[in-house]
Amino acid sequence: MNAAPGSPAAETTPDLVDETRQQRLAVREGLAVGLATAAYGISFGALSVAAGLDIWQTCFISIVMFSGGSQFALVGVLAAGGVAAGPAAIASAALLGVRNGIYGLRTAPIVGSGLWRRVAAAWITIDESTAVALAQPTPRSRTVGFWVTGLAVFIGWNITTLLGALIGDAVGDTRAYGLDAAAAAAFVGLLWPRLKRMQAVAVAVAAAVVAATLTPVLMPGLPVLVAALVAVVVGLFNWLGAPTVPGRASLRHVPRP
Amino acid sequence: MTTWQIIIAASIAVLALKLAGYLVPPALLQKPTPARIADLLTVALLAALIAVQTLGSGQALAIDARIPAVIVAAGLFAIKTPFIVVVIVAALVAAGLRALT
Repeated sequence: MNAAPGSPAAETTPDLVDETRQQRLAVREGLAVGLATAAYGISFGALSVAAGLDIWQTCFISIVMFSGGSQFALVGVLAAGGVAAGPAAIASAALLGVRNGIYGLRTAPIVGSGLWRRVAAAWITIDESTAVALAQPTPRSRTVGFWVTGLAVFIGWNITTLLGALIGDAVGDTRAYGLDAAAAAAFVGLLWPRLKRMQAVAVAVAAAVVAATLTPVLMPGLPVLVAALVAVVVGLFNWLGAPTVPGRASLRHVPRP
Repeated sequence: MTTWQIIIAASIAVLALKLAGYLVPPALLQKPTPARIADLLTVALLAALIAVQTLGSGQALAIDARIPAVIVAAGLFAIKTPFIVVVIVAALVAAGLRALT
């Protein structure tokens, strides 16, 4: 597929054939993940409008923020607390975005060079692009996997966000349609792939209890932030955790979409 | 703060964190502890958001149709049902229960 121009067919070694095949597989996996992820952009769009945001605001978030967990968190906190919960909403979205920064450390060597190329790569560094890229066996297929997945998700996610926002706008009374329950279910779906280890399960349960207990006491948005402290404490002392190999920690738990 | 200010500030913060991953020296964040905390932070925040989204009603706790909907959702994710299907079923469960009661 990408053989150098003029290279005779006789030089097509088994390695080269294998490399071409790996790249094709990376493209296929990236497109499949892009399609699957795009589907739930619909729910983000609808929930965002249900939270009181307009269609422009909803689309702006999907384009600029472009990170599912942070986006659902932002509109979730705004839905509960309105603009008064703004600082808590910003903090929740930002804290959920910290992991993308960690992914960037792993993807930085594989995206290619040049300022704009790297800015674009950072923009599309999310769970899905990182997971697909790091799952590929060769350096070239990792690069292909990263870009194809990131761009496929970016395009699909933004189209379906707009669709979802238009649907949500048309629906109106969101409670009667169970959209509040849909938001909770969306968070369950984002959390589920991360509950593979005892430590994560314990943190999840403790954080949920803390957030629920504090809800009647603190203003909307704050219980979620206080619950985040559970992660800091458990992570700092590595309670219930396995011994870690330095440098590998950031790789282990990228959830496969 | 206006809604737009909140949206822009949050969007820039999340984008800046992504860029930071490409700028900071890898040695700093590749240590196991910061990586583990970032990882668990995601888990804690999502779990807390589930609790608030399922039980919260403004500044009170309420037991309503959202709870069975979330339990159904968790069961469906456990058997690897696609995300969008689960979200729609959860909405239908809550809407159905509300229509009946």
